Amino acid sequence: MNGFGRVAWAIISREFLRYVHQRERFIAALVRPLVWLLIFAAGFRATLGLSIIPPYQTYITYETYIVPGLCAMVLLFNGMQSSLSLVYDRELGSMRLLLTSPFPRWWLLFCRLFGATAISILQVYTFLIIAALFGIKMPTVGYIAVLPALVLAGLMLGALGLVLSSLIKQLENFAGVMNFVIFPMFFMSSALYPLWRIGESSPLLRDICALNPFTYAVELIRFSLYLQINWIALAWVLASALFLSAAALWGYEPSRGLMKRKV
Amino acid sequence: MAKGLTVRDLSFDYGPKRALDRVSFALDQGMFCALLGPNGAGKSTLVSLMTRLLVAPEGDISIAGHDLRHAPRQALAELGVVFQQPTLDLNLTVRQNLSYFAALHGLPASEVDGRIDMALGQLDMSERAGEKVGKLNGGHRRRMELARALLHQPKVLLLDEPTVGLDAAARHAITDHVHALAKDDMSVLWTTHLTDEVRDDDHLLVLHQGRILADGTTGELRGNAKLSDWFLDQTKVAS
Repeated sequence: MNGFGRVAWAIISREFLRYVHQRERFIAALVRPLVWLLIFAAGFRATLGLSIIPPYQTYITYETYIVPGLCAMVLLFNGMQSSLSLVYDRELGSMRLLLTSPFPRWWLLFCRLFGATAISILQVYTFLIIAALFGIKMPTVGYIAVLPALVLAGLMLGALGLVLSSLIKQLENFAGVMNFVIFPMFFMSSALYPLWRIGESSPLLRDICALNPFTYAVELIRFSLYLQINWIALAWVLASALFLSAAALWGYEPSRGLMKRKV
Repeated sequence: MAKGLTVRDLSFDYGPKRALDRVSFALDQGMFCALLGPNGAGKSTLVSLMTRLLVAPEGDISIAGHDLRHAPRQALAELGVVFQQPTLDLNLTVRQNLSYFAALHGLPASEVDGRIDMALGQLDMSERAGEKVGKLNGGHRRRMELARALLHQPKVLLLDEPTVGLDAAARHAITDHVHALAKDDMSVLWTTHLTDEVRDDDHLLVLHQGRILADGTTGELRGNAKLSDWFLDQTKVAS
C-alpha cells in the first residue's frame, strides 16, 4: 500500500473506530427512520392515496413509498453528523493534526468524506433489513443495485456537511444551521410525498422541491432499488456532489476560507 | 550551516487587525530557540502559518530547505509539531493514536511499530502503549504528543506553549528532553510566555504586537538583568 492508501486506511478506520465508540449514535440513526416508517407512515397510509408512478408498476403501500426517502434521510442526518464532528474536531484540535499531514488537503478531506459515507451506508442497510423484517421489502437484486446510488448520494450529502463545517465557526452555531438545512431539505423533497401530490396543493412548492438536490438523491435511490436508472436524478446528484466538493475544498483552502479565523 | 527554519518578511492580518508584521528570523540546525511573547503577541498565528493551517499573502517560510508555499508536502514532512491545544483521541490507546499519526505521514506499515516503541522508550512511556489516552494524566499526554511529533523523525520541531497546564516536574522533564533533542541536530522552536523555561545559552526571539523585538542569545540579550525584568522592559518600551 502506498502513502495515499495508508492515509486513506487510517482516516477511514478511525471513522469506524469512533463510530463503534458511539453506540447511541448508531441507535439514534436507526430509530429516526424507523419511527417515520412504522408510526408516521402507518398513520398516513389511510389518508394518502398514491397513483402508479415510475418506477412502480403496481399500487404500493405508503410505507413502501417512503423507504427510499428514509434511506436518503439516514444519509442526510449522517452527513450532518459528520459535519458536526468536524466542527467538534476543530474545537478539540484533532482537525489540526489531520490538516498538517503532508498529504494534499483534497485527499485528506475526501478520505474523511468517504469514511463518513461508508458508515452512512452501513446504517442504511441495517435500516433496510429491519424494514424487510417488518414486511416492507424491495426487489431482492435492488438491495445490491442501490449501492452505487447510496455511495453517490452519501458523498453529495457528506460534501454538503463539509461545506457547512467550513462555514460554521463555533459548535454552538451548529443547531441553528441544522434547522435551516436538514428540515427544509427533507420536507421540501419527494421523500414523503410524490411531487405531483405536492403540486396539487401548491405548484410553487412543487417547483421549489424540483430544485432541491435531495429530491434527486431520493429518486436516484428509489429507481435503483427497482433496478432502473433515473438519468435526470443521476445528473443532478453527480453535479451537486461535484459542486459541493469543490465548495468544501474552497472552504478548507488555507489561504481562503479559513483565513479569517483561527483553526 | 544548513538552515533548519527560515521565516522571511511574514505578515498576516485578521481582517483589519495586523497579527504579524514583517516577521523574519532564521534557526540553524541544532539550535534551540525560545519564542517569547506575551498573550496576544502573535505566537499562535505564527505557528498556524508555519504548519500551513493558514497561508500568509506576504512572506516566505522554509522548513529544512523546503519552501512551504511551493513544496508543502516536503516541508511538512520535515516538521514535527506539538500544538498548545491537545490533539489526541481520548477514546483510543496511546499506540492507536500514534499509529494514526504515522499513517497520516505515510510511514511504511513495517516501520511503524518499531518507531512507536522507540519514541515511547525515549520518553519513558513504553508501559503506557496499551492504555487509553483518556486515562493518562496531563504530563503523560504531553509526553505522548511529543513522542508523536518525533515519530516521522523531523528535522524541525515546533512546540506551541507545550507546558501549559503541567506541574513543575512535568515541565522540567519536557524542557530537558527537548533541549537534548536540539543537541542531536534538530532545530527547535519553543513558543512560551514563561521566562523560566528559557536558558541563557538558548537562542531567543521576543515577539510583541506581531513584531520581533529582539533576536539573539538569551544571556547576551538580558545582560545582568533578570530575564523576566528584561522581558517586561522590552514589551513595555514597545507598547
